[in-house]
Amino acid sequence: MISLAGGSRPGDGYHPQVTTADPLVLARDLSKRFGSFTAVDGISFSVAPGEAFGFLGPNGAGKSSTMRMIGCVSPPTGGELRVLGMDPARDGARIRALLGVVPQQDSLDMELTVRENLILYGRYFDLSYRESRARADELLDFVQLADRAGDEVEPLSGGMKRRLTIARGLVNRPRLLLLDEPTTGLDPQARHLLWDRLYRLKQDGVSLVLTTHYMDEAEQLCDRLVVMDKARIVAEGSPRALIAEHATREVLEVRFAPDARPAEDDPRLAGVAERIEVLPDRTLLYTQDGEAAAVTLHDRGLRPVATLVRRSSLEDVFLRLTGRTLVD
Amino acid sequence: MLASLARLMPGTTGLPGRRGIRLLERNVWVYRRSWIALVTGFFEPLFYLLGMGYGMGALVGEIEGLPYAVFVAPALMATAAMNGALYDSTFNLFYKLRYARTYDAVLATPLGPADVASGEVAWALIRGSLYAVAFVVLMLLLGLALSPLVLLTIPGSLLIGFAAAGVGTAATTWMRRWQDFDLVAVFTLPLFLFSATFFPVTAYPEPIRTIVELTPLYRGIHLLRALSTGQPDPAIVLDVVYLLVLGLVGMSITSRRLGKLLLR
Amino acid sequence: MRTGGSIRILEHHLLRYRRTWRGSAITTFVSPLFFLGSIGIGLGSFVDAGGSALAGVGYLAFLAPGLLASSAMQTAAFESTYPVMGGLRWDRTYQAAVATPLLPRHIAIGNLAFVAVRLVIAASVFSAIAVALGATDPLRGALMVPAAVLTGLAFAAPIQAFSATQRGDAGFTILFRFVITPLALFSGTFFPIAELPAILQLVAWLTPLAHGVALTRAIALGTPDPAMALHLAVLLAYLVVGAVAAAALFRRRLIA
Repeated sequence: MISLAGGSRPGDGYHPQVTTADPLVLARDLSKRFGSFTAVDGISFSVAPGEAFGFLGPNGAGKSSTMRMIGCVSPPTGGELRVLGMDPARDGARIRALLGVVPQQDSLDMELTVRENLILYGRYFDLSYRESRARADELLDFVQLADRAGDEVEPLSGGMKRRLTIARGLVNRPRLLLLDEPTTGLDPQARHLLWDRLYRLKQDGVSLVLTTHYMDEAEQLCDRLVVMDKARIVAEGSPRALIAEHATREVLEVRFAPDARPAEDDPRLAGVAERIEVLPDRTLLYTQDGEAAAVTLHDRGLRPVATLVRRSSLEDVFLRLTGRTLVD
Repeated sequence: MLASLARLMPGTTGLPGRRGIRLLERNVWVYRRSWIALVTGFFEPLFYLLGMGYGMGALVGEIEGLPYAVFVAPALMATAAMNGALYDSTFNLFYKLRYARTYDAVLATPLGPADVASGEVAWALIRGSLYAVAFVVLMLLLGLALSPLVLLTIPGSLLIGFAAAGVGTAATTWMRRWQDFDLVAVFTLPLFLFSATFFPVTAYPEPIRTIVELTPLYRGIHLLRALSTGQPDPAIVLDVVYLLVLGLVGMSITSRRLGKLLLR
Repeated sequence: MRTGGSIRILEHHLLRYRRTWRGSAITTFVSPLFFLGSIGIGLGSFVDAGGSALAGVGYLAFLAPGLLASSAMQTAAFESTYPVMGGLRWDRTYQAAVATPLLPRHIAIGNLAFVAVRLVIAASVFSAIAVALGATDPLRGALMVPAAVLTGLAFAAPIQAFSATQRGDAGFTILFRFVITPLALFSGTFFPIAELPAILQLVAWLTPLAHGVALTRAIALGTPDPAMALHLAVLLAYLVVGAVAAAALFRRRLIA
């Protein structure tokens, strides 16, 4: 397979001094304010080389603002930020030369064809035409758009546009790829195809930093993640560790008929689970053994219309930490 | 202008805005496919020249001792330069800024706002000079140029374009909706019609005459007419300074505003 | 649903117009005033001083009806291009309409009805300004309006049909540059058609604008024109043939 990352870059004179031990991104007490509105409120994190690092949180949590600061297109208003060992305020252009960026909204050039989009983007990174053309063809194969190379961008499907945007972000063989909500709005098939491509990139040694409000995406792609809510980080760890720390092994989800739904303090629910969440449409019982809890409910005379035992997920972690669901 | 932009985007190495050449390449690529729009753009001033210069000319006769077509040709050239630059710096810029997000993608690369500005300005100047050269050739063919000084109308119309682009981009950074652009017509239409374009400024009573003489398109028309008819008077120095200052003021406002808009 | 469908489309347009009319309001009022002031009065003083070639008619009186017909054409052409592409392709409101009991021909006729409304407003404002500047008297000013509206519709109908064949807006640029602008300049608006070379005179008389200008001018100047019936017939023919073609092409585009 072709190499998508690393390797030699064109002779552009950019040789940042980054050893493998240094974090790719290092933030200490990082803030972003727009007037009186605080989008990011003193967050600290670091991203290690080779890692896939995620920001999980609902819309408006401050994920995109953080991504724009890492991408050196939005100056921080407080705290410290280092990207690839450099200071975005001083070395913005040099850092951007080494980053790949997939913004939340596709910003493809509608006045150019699919292939031209990649070739010209390569030129922005000072690739020669010859190199840029070769790179474009390589990437079109990688994102499975080779048969649309000469087409206009506008009629492409949402998934295709997203794949093209990812290909564009890879044109300079970045060490670090920033993906802001990579699969929001895509159908399940398109999402899985994208996840597969991102997984291959990771295998190839590209470090990923991504934001998402889908826990399945975070669980699939991220080695480590931070949960953001209201401009702050509320938890950090691997998906598995977060679930172990903030949720139980299993969850019993039960639905009752609207007139037969027990309240949270209903004596029949007492002691059935370690923790109980009553949501508008269902009741969640956090327990080590879901099946046993279901039997207990039945013994106490509760008759849910539907019962489901499942493993805990990041959704449960988020609910625990913020008292809200992630996607509403 | 570029220096102050560079301050907004520290870390741009080398000459500020030098990477604007990449954006210029992009525009050339885009127009490779839609060259028809570029080429046919020349026909509008041509039709106006034939219709007003010759058609109206038959009714008007001579103005200030000049055949009407000779009188009106430089004015149409100046108007075309203004309109072309305004179109690019208002509608086109607004579209790229707010809808196509062309520059968001550009700024994720080593290019900065200074490169965006220099690339777009360079492209506008290239386009403007293509039209200006074509128009001068046309004037020579039709015998509407009375002096070799007509060649200086080419840089002259670039200067008009620079002034219009400066004001246009600065105004666009404040635009919020497409409807705001109706205001552009409210300014350009009277400029087009009342800047001694179709009849001499002496037709106006004072103080209207003085007001007209203070408007930018009047200065541009005065400059090009003086050159193409070979009657340069000292006031053309005023024309040049006026247009230059207007363009520079517009650009310096733009450089401050554009950085704020793009790097939030 | 016979005519009711077209009325629904008109209602939709009017509802939207209630929100967007401000956008065109300034130009509707200001541009006739500026054009008549600059070309009609300013340049007109030079024409009139030179001993008129216009059979004793003052230039402002000559120009006003021609400019009225010509701006009706331009308003109609604009309303029949970009908004149609919007309905067909950008916002796809036409697809939404034909998903209901409405038919493609209702869209075509409803659009024309809306263009007519816009033209009545714009032409009335223009006429009032022309009368105020002394270009014609109030009665003739009022009578110019229907002539100008008919002129506009004679363009709106065939241009809608053209728009229904387009995939993007590139063709519109060509239409405006090579049809609308030259017609505005060479159809007798600013100077008599008789000044043109013979072959161009013939071309001019084949298009609707020359007839629209002649008709409007005959009304404004009160000079009985024996060809008035011919002008009317040509304009109506363009309107009817254009409307039928637009309905058919909308149908082909929307119901495949």
